[in-house]
Amino acid sequence: MGALIAVRARGITKCFGDVVALDGIDLDVAPAQIHGLVGPNGAGKTTLLGLLLGLAVADSGRLEILGTPVRRALAAPDCVAGFVDGPGLYPSLTARQNLAALAALRGRDARTAGIDDVLDQVGLTDVADDRAHGFSLGMRQRLGLAAALLTKPRLLVLDEPSNGLDPTGKRHVHSVLTRLATDGTSVVLSSHRMDDVEALCSEVTIVATGRVVFSGPLSKLAAENRELDYRLHTSDPRAARRLAVDTAGIRLVDDGARHQAEVLVVRALVPALDELVVRLVHADIAVRELAPVVSPLEAAFLALTEQQEAGR
Amino acid sequence: MTATIAHDHAAVARPVSVARGYRFELVKLISQWRIRLLVLACWIAPALFVAAVSQQSSLPVDTLFGRWMHATGWAGPLVMLGFAGTWALPLLTSVVAGDVFAFEDRLGTWRHLLVAVRSPRRIFAAKALASLTVILLLVAGLALSSAAGGVVAVGNQPLVGLDGHLLTPSDAAGKVLLAWVCVLAPTLALAAIGLLGSVVLGRSPMGLLLPALVALALQLAQMLPLPVAVRLALPGYAFIAWNGLFTSPTQLGPLLIGIVVSLVWAGTATALAYLLFLRRDFTDLTYDGSARRAVAAGVLPLVGLVAVTVAVVAAATATTTGSGIERDKVQRSVATAFARLYRLQTKQLNRPDVTEAQLKATATCNRGGGNVAAQGPGNDWRCVISWHLPDVEAAGTAIYQLDVTADGRFVADGDGPKEVNGYFLVRTPIGDAPNPLWQFDGNVELLPTAPKG
Repeated sequence: MGALIAVRARGITKCFGDVVALDGIDLDVAPAQIHGLVGPNGAGKTTLLGLLLGLAVADSGRLEILGTPVRRALAAPDCVAGFVDGPGLYPSLTARQNLAALAALRGRDARTAGIDDVLDQVGLTDVADDRAHGFSLGMRQRLGLAAALLTKPRLLVLDEPSNGLDPTGKRHVHSVLTRLATDGTSVVLSSHRMDDVEALCSEVTIVATGRVVFSGPLSKLAAENRELDYRLHTSDPRAARRLAVDTAGIRLVDDGARHQAEVLVVRALVPALDELVVRLVHADIAVRELAPVVSPLEAAFLALTEQQEAGR
Repeated sequence: MTATIAHDHAAVARPVSVARGYRFELVKLISQWRIRLLVLACWIAPALFVAAVSQQSSLPVDTLFGRWMHATGWAGPLVMLGFAGTWALPLLTSVVAGDVFAFEDRLGTWRHLLVAVRSPRRIFAAKALASLTVILLLVAGLALSSAAGGVVAVGNQPLVGLDGHLLTPSDAAGKVLLAWVCVLAPTLALAAIGLLGSVVLGRSPMGLLLPALVALALQLAQMLPLPVAVRLALPGYAFIAWNGLFTSPTQLGPLLIGIVVSLVWAGTATALAYLLFLRRDFTDLTYDGSARRAVAAGVLPLVGLVAVTVAVVAAATATTTGSGIERDKVQRSVATAFARLYRLQTKQLNRPDVTEAQLKATATCNRGGGNVAAQGPGNDWRCVISWHLPDVEAAGTAIYQLDVTADGRFVADGDGPKEVNGYFLVRTPIGDAPNPLWQFDGNVELLPTAPKG
């Protein structure tokens, strides 16, 4: 028997009164994969994550989590953890007490539940005995993640886990999620920060108005995408500009305004961009920076969701 | 590439047991500074209050048993009980039970809690039990602290009952404890109303205030000249009816009715809160309660319960209209209390003891100088007490002005003669002492009673 798929959703529909939150959603999350869920506000991301956590049940469709069909609310498997709409913490308790209370709720001894270990993983050891009342949003997010880790989940569901994180906190969270995936845990996370999704996720699902508009690897998303704008900084901007103009499939963006600029902005598909780089190298022009002005995921996200909105 | 994870199908999570959920809720409650403050206040403040008041020259005579605070430590916890029934217990239930569900609304932790516990039923049970535990802890603090303060500051002396009979210290202790246990019933009713308000009204402050507002409304109702059946059918009546424990014989009927009604209210309000909680949509984070639902599922069933309990109490007690305060009952009550307190005064004055049978005290009462029907509450009752002493042919007489309130309590204010009840002190062989016949509290049983003896 092969590895069980972590999440298999087919035709999931969920309505709240007259509002259709999810409209025939399909979702597959492989084991040991960090899967990003992106979409505009009100797209249905939180509703979908809530279904994965077992907070609600779909009106129609089929949902299997870790091989177990989920047919009613609060019937998700035991090894699913996470949070939606922010972590549930009690401000009058310290970070350690919050985790100890959760451990006790699950019948585990606070001394052997690994509280110190998970606090260390999310970088909250120094404030373990401080009341959560004074925690910043980022610290609360990390404590929420620690609470989820305490259950040793096989599927971790996180809603906007990067909200409010400073660079150190972000590094802790990324490190934890990457390690979890390496150890076999599947992670589904929603985020509005495309850099996070690109850094963490191997696959992504884009949702708009309750429907999936894309699902698959990030590389596939980039390949399917239209031309992107790239910033090009070279050792010889004039020569680079001439080469760019001569290369098929390359267009200079806002050429008049940037004629004397050190940095070029070019619009191209990836193959044409590759050709331009080869030409620059052959002409002994050093490439100091080549980066998309807008990330491929963000560009794809904007394009796909705009199409979806336009099609309504 | 994907790593291989465990291949077995994951088992569906089992809900957390009520016992673990209960401990979790207790931890959350006790961690709140206001709950800790309340626990401390309830266990310390009553002792200090009773001890301090007992040392004052001016006593809270308008509170039941307040006039006996110099005489015995057991009056203190009863004064505290009267205060608690009016203010403390409604407010305590508001803060604890009225907030136990709304607390999660404010913090936005419902989803977290549901994922952790996986059973709304068990969450409800755990929260209800935890809030009940904290309320019991607070009530126990009020009772034990005030009793300790009274006994330490004044002493373990006999207590004069509401009809003048003397309770030994051990009897007084038992009755005081029993009185506090009895008011647990209306406290539970208020706590259940708090749970209902907390569930129905979500983050709205009205949910928190509901028990206090209901208690206030019930107290106002008790001040009105309501028919006896209506008065007894209100869930706060046991806050008053414990008075009946301090008469001889005890007035158990109203107390038992009050307790049963309170418990029925507690059960009904808790059941309504439970049903509404199970129906709630926890996906709405901005839930602030629904006015329509509050009326349809909260107010209307409880209004119906009032109607049913009034009908049942009226049928069970054979009372439909009338205040229950009638001339015969007032006369019996005043005469009985006078005779017993007369014996107390006799003992103070070191005179030969007389029995109540020898005194043959009787009272003749009227209202408004005889121009008003002698029934119902009012401060215009006037009673003339007559009594006999052995070997004395002439009967003694004393006059009292009575202020009878709608709940059956009365204060008798002596109007002379001075040497019997006209002055607040009596001269005893060891110095001046408070005159027990000058002013005294009494209680008219509102239910129909047959004359004794």
